[in-house]
Formats: sequence, structure tokens, C-alpha cells
Amino acid sequence: MTRPRRASREAREADRLPGRPPWVLLAPALLGLAFLVLPLLGLLVRAPWSTLGTRLLQAQVLEALRLSLLTATLATGLCLLLGVPLAWTLARVRFPAARLVRALVTVPLVLPPVVGGVALLLVLGRRGLVGGWLDRAFGLTFPFTTAGVVLAEAFVAMPFLVISVEGALRAADLRYEEAAATLGAGRWTIFRRVTLPLVAPGVAAGSILCWARALGEFGATITFAGNFPGRTQTMPLAVYLALETDPQAAIVLSLVLLAVSVAVLAVLRDRWVGGAR
Amino acid sequence: MFKRTAAVAALSLAVLAGCGDAGDSSGSGEPGGGKTLTVFAAASLTEAFTELGRTFEGAHPGVKVRFQFGGSSTLAQQITQGAPADVFAAASPATMKTVTDAGDASGRPQTFTRNRLVIAVPKGDPGKVAKVGDLGRRGLKVVLCAVQVPCGAAAETALAVAGVEVEPVSREKDVKAVLTKVGLGEADAGLVYRTDVKAAGGEVTGIEFPEAAKAINDYPIVEVAKAPQGALAGEFIRLVVGEQGRAVLSRAGFEGP
Repeated sequence: MTRPRRASREAREADRLPGRPPWVLLAPALLGLAFLVLPLLGLLVRAPWSTLGTRLLQAQVLEALRLSLLTATLATGLCLLLGVPLAWTLARVRFPAARLVRALVTVPLVLPPVVGGVALLLVLGRRGLVGGWLDRAFGLTFPFTTAGVVLAEAFVAMPFLVISVEGALRAADLRYEEAAATLGAGRWTIFRRVTLPLVAPGVAAGSILCWARALGEFGATITFAGNFPGRTQTMPLAVYLALETDPQAAIVLSLVLLAVSVAVLAVLRDRWVGGAR
Repeated sequence: MFKRTAAVAALSLAVLAGCGDAGDSSGSGEPGGGKTLTVFAAASLTEAFTELGRTFEGAHPGVKVRFQFGGSSTLAQQITQGAPADVFAAASPATMKTVTDAGDASGRPQTFTRNRLVIAVPKGDPGKVAKVGDLGRRGLKVVLCAVQVPCGAAAETALAVAGVEVEPVSREKDVKAVLTKVGLGEADAGLVYRTDVKAAGGEVTGIEFPEAAKAINDYPIVEVAKAPQGALAGEFIRLVVGEQGRAVLSRAGFEGP
């Protein structure tokens, strides 16, 4: 007798929940939102709107923006190429030390980017463990090149993609793959024709996050690839150096970066990832 | 970038809080009891000023000297934005001018030391650099400071005087970043201060060149207007410009004013 009554009362409570948020939660939530949004509003308020147009059209700004968009896109491509197979392995293959490997994959998320840059220099630099060999064998070096920027951005951004894709793979229904297998499809075909389309929204979400993170990368880039206009100077680096002498210019550059990031995160996330929810 | 801004903000907050404490306790008790002197100084002064700070604390029981070392331009910006510093020591008159122009300096800055550029090359000199003219050689990887920071401005001047056209592979955000890239062997040569080579302790070799004399950096020091510890600031500056300060600075590789 008591059980159904309690259940129905819980149902009634749940119905009313959305319209009646407890103030204990709402106040800190609003404070949290303000804390995250106010600094961005500060940029908008302090921006030198009257000279915005001329500042934006300066060759160096356009060059940094072009390089940022190019390298972030290439880095995302590299992350897709390596990160999706990595996520699949983490989600579907049982192997010893899986926990450790999963932890290692996410290390760049918490590592100070400058440390990442130094680590990249020690491995892929001209005298690095791998870089030294590449230089001797093929005359290939990464520091001070656009390829170096792409590597630095990919290093920092790849965990975002791997985590998204791995999560999607774990949530996906295995029965479709099993059905395909019983119908005689090979493993590679199953991966291409069944698994990948199933987790496509997760891959899209991961790519967008990855791209946005690559776009904002600063520490690893300046440490590993250096700073040279047109070749390795991305927007965040341009902002940092502008801040040294011309804070107004730095605000303008920050504004561009903010606009691009918000546009991408808002528009693309809704369009591509809406179905995942 | 946001991360960096946040770090700067957090740091300023920490400095603010620290000075607030010092200010609160300064009115009470014996002279110097529980006071904190805050010194903003160019990164190249790190070793010398840390030593002078200890000397100062020894001579003023109860006083703590707290340093914020960093790029001169960044420090100057922070002071004009209201960071509660007592003393500002910059690596160039241009960065000091930012502070004096904003009315944030008390009195006129004094030049207390000077620094000279040298060519830094990695151990063994793989790029075979012997003189400043070699920096213009094709294929040689040279890194310089960005022109926005004092060491970059000095490098431009020195190279112009020497008549060498250098196409650097990178323009680094500060002199220590140039040193890192040379020390790791990623760059074949870079222009840094003589004091940086000395502080690197054998990781890099310094090559002096006569044209550097035309691009010597003057280091000005000043008491910040509205310094929370004005009296102590004056005493610290006297220590730096005095005999003891000069001795410590010259041991670090600086030149007399």
C-alpha cells in the first residue's frame, strides 16, 4: 500500500522540480556564470571600438589569424587521424595497464602547456631523442616551423578528442556491430560502416572541442615552435606580445579570438551535436 | 591567453593581499616590525637582487623583501594598472617611461647598472659562429628577443650598427626564452645579455662583439608613487645604487652606471 503512494508522490515532486529551483543552488550558479562571463564582457566594454576596423585590417593581425585557423584545423586533422583509433583501442580492446594508458592519454589536459612544450623540445627538437634522428636522416626539424605549431597544438588538444570519442564508443550499442559480424562483415568494414557512423556525433563534438583548444593554445606553441610572424606566430602569441607595448591592440586581438571561439562552440555544437542529446 | 591573464590576476591579488597585511601591521610597534617591501624587477636582475634582498633583510630585522621578477614591460603595465609595488627596477628607460608617464613614479628614476649584449652559442658552437657578421649567414638558426621587449630593441640597434641583416627563426618573448633555445641546441646562436650567459653556468658560451657597446641597456630604478612602504623603498634603492649593490651587480656580470 505504501509503495505506490510514495512513488506517485515522487513523480509529483519531479514534475514540479523544473519550475522550483532551490535558492541554495541558484545563487552560486548565477555567481559562477557571472564569474565566467564578466571577464569576457570586460573585453567588450574596454575594446577601442572606434579604431577596431583599422586595427583588424593590419597585415600582422590577418596573418596571425590565418595561421591560427590553418594550424588549428591541421592539428584537428592530425588528432582525428591518431585520436579516433586510440579512443577505439581504449574503449574496445582489453589489455594490461589499460588504466595507466588511459591516465597517460589525459596527462596533457592537466600538464602546464609550457611543460608540454619543453617535453616536445626534448623529444622532437633538433637534438631530441626522435628529432635528432629525423634531422640526421631526413633533414627534418620541427622547432621554428609551422609544422611545429601543429604538433604543439595537437599534443595539447588530442585528449579532448580521445575522451569524447571514447565516451561515445562506450555508450554505443554493441548489438549493431554484432549483427554486422554475424552477417559476415569484416572488422574493418564494421568499423567503417557501423561503428564510426554510430559515434559520429561524439567524433564531431570532440573535433570541435579539439579545434577550439588548438586555436587557444599558447604555452606549448611558444615554447616548442617559437614566435615568428607568418610562420609560427598564432593569435594567442600575437596577443601576448601586443600586451607588452600596446594593450589596446591586445584587446582587439583577444576580441577576435573570443568571437571565433564563441561562434564555433555555439553554432557548430548545436548543429552537429544536437542529435547526441 | 586566458590562463596567463588569470595567473597575472591571481598574482596581483596575492601581492595585494600581502601588502594589505603589511600595511595593517606597519603602524604598530618597533620600526620595521612585520613589514613587507615589494620590489618589481626585470627578470635579468633575479640573481643579483635576490642576494641584495637577503642583505637588506639582514640589516632590517622584521622586514621581508618580496620580489616579483618578470619582463620589464609586463611589470610596468602591472604598476600602471595599480599593482601595489614599492620599488620598480626596469631593464630599459623605455619601459620605465611607461611608469613615469603614467605618474606612477615618485621622483626621477636613477640609472643603477648597465647590461651588454653578447652572442650566445650552444656548447661546442655547432654553427661555427665567431663574430657578429656570422649571424647573417644563410641557414644559421638565430633567435632574438621580440622587439617589444628591451633585449629585442637592443638587439635591433646592435645589429643595425654592425650592418648585419639577420633573418631570425623566432622572436622570443623574453631573454630567458632565447637562452633556453640556444642552451638546448635548437638555435645555433642568439643575442642575450652578458649576465644571462654567466647565470647559465657553462650551458652556453658568450661571444663579445664591439658593436654591443652601442646598444648598452641602462637599468633605471625608482620608488613607486603611493608605495605602501615608502621609507623602506628609499633605503632599498640606496642599497642598490651604493657600494654593496654595485659589488653584487658587477659579480653577476653587470657594468657600472
